[in-house]
Amino acid sequence: MNIKNLIKFIDGDLLTKSADLTREIKGGCGADLMSDVLASIQPDAVLLTGLCNPQVVRTAQMSDVAAIIFVRGKKPPQETIDLANEEGIPLITSPFGMFELSGRLYLAGLPSLERPISE
Amino acid sequence: MNNRDTNFDQAPSRFKGKIITDEMAGKITRVEELAYILKNSEVMSSSLKTLSPDHTMQDVLVTMRENRISGIPIVDDDTHALLGMVSTEDLIKCLANQDIDANLQKYMTSDLYTCNSFDYLTEALKIFARTGLGRLPVLDESGALVGILTKGDVTYGLLRALEHDYIEEEVRRYRASHLFEDIESDRSSLILRYTIERYDFTHGGSASSNIKRALLRLGANAQLARRVGIGIYEAEMNLIIHTNHGGTIHVEIEPHQISVFIWDEGPGIEDVQKAMQPGYSTATEEIRELGFGAGMGLTNISRCADEMDLQSELGKGTHLTMKFFLKGEDVVGEGYTGKGKKETENDA
Repeated sequence: MNIKNLIKFIDGDLLTKSADLTREIKGGCGADLMSDVLASIQPDAVLLTGLCNPQVVRTAQMSDVAAIIFVRGKKPPQETIDLANEEGIPLITSPFGMFELSGRLYLAGLPSLERPISE
Repeated sequence: MNNRDTNFDQAPSRFKGKIITDEMAGKITRVEELAYILKNSEVMSSSLKTLSPDHTMQDVLVTMRENRISGIPIVDDDTHALLGMVSTEDLIKCLANQDIDANLQKYMTSDLYTCNSFDYLTEALKIFARTGLGRLPVLDESGALVGILTKGDVTYGLLRALEHDYIEEEVRRYRASHLFEDIESDRSSLILRYTIERYDFTHGGSASSNIKRALLRLGANAQLARRVGIGIYEAEMNLIIHTNHGGTIHVEIEPHQISVFIWDEGPGIEDVQKAMQPGYSTATEEIRELGFGAGMGLTNISRCADEMDLQSELGKGTHLTMKFFLKGEDVVGEGYTGKGKKETENDA
């Protein structure tokens, strides 16, 4: 699934200016704790989160996230959008909740790109 | 006729007739931006076939056929002033009248849309969009004809400019990635330094972001850049969240390894062993609301780095060292290899 199809699939709104919307998404990860994201996410994932501050974009950039979806129709502040535009990371807001979005995307064939934090 | 022409009417007129707000300005593409940077003179064709007004329509026919062109500007011999234009359409009219020996002035169009060589391309695009014309004569300051601008020229001009941008970026990347090859010494290294302010959440992560970008530009592979980026990002956030006065990040890049030194002047960690435990955190509720303080920072760092050393003295400060080794091409992903299995994370 590429980002363009993803946006349609989740009734999403793209909040950033056109990044590469043909980029393929390999799976998903849902978290509000950025350290958990950094610890567990694998590259080319879509990140589902309720956290809206610019650190989400930084985290995404560090961990090669393909796109960020804000759940429950959340809209991030302008500084987050500005940073995402700078870094070329698409931000999407979707009216669905984290639980429903995860379920829908998983059923649509996107695997989990979260690995366990154990050691 | 000119099959190089592509339909250019729609593309730049997205903003036609609208006042461009800051928000819209953010959506202007590089191509649209180029229309405000390139001048007509840089894009037009300047090798022109022209005729003086004393020729016949027969001459027009021959000139068009020999040069495979669909329009000829008629120019005053002395002043080079543009007097008119004869197009294939004019020629057809003339042929229909069986009037091929007539002077071309009888059929030329003299009421012409023109553009200025010193104007930006966007002015010409506006005329193209408004009139639906396929070509515009280009005049200089004195009104003399200096070129012709077709929609094809516009497309080629924009592509050429984009290619130029692209080549520049490639050259920059190439130079950076061969940095160490070009400099001879017994041991070369590149040192990057960053000062991190306490509680500077707005810029939190910008140092690690710049470091990651620098590594990619230097030709590091994606996994290595990611590993280094994540490790330093966690440490950078620690400086912002936990220190008294911020701290310093010092990255030394060598062809075979990357060494990261991060230090601060307090407060220091009471129990380093405990701080290293996954899930252990001293962060406040406020920090947790920002998505940090899950007690995973140091764990993450130790996973990302090939070697990690953490020294801390209460009341004095903390020194963190991370080392990343470059093992030829086969840099392992994030220093995590599951239960003895080598991870192929990109194919997950």
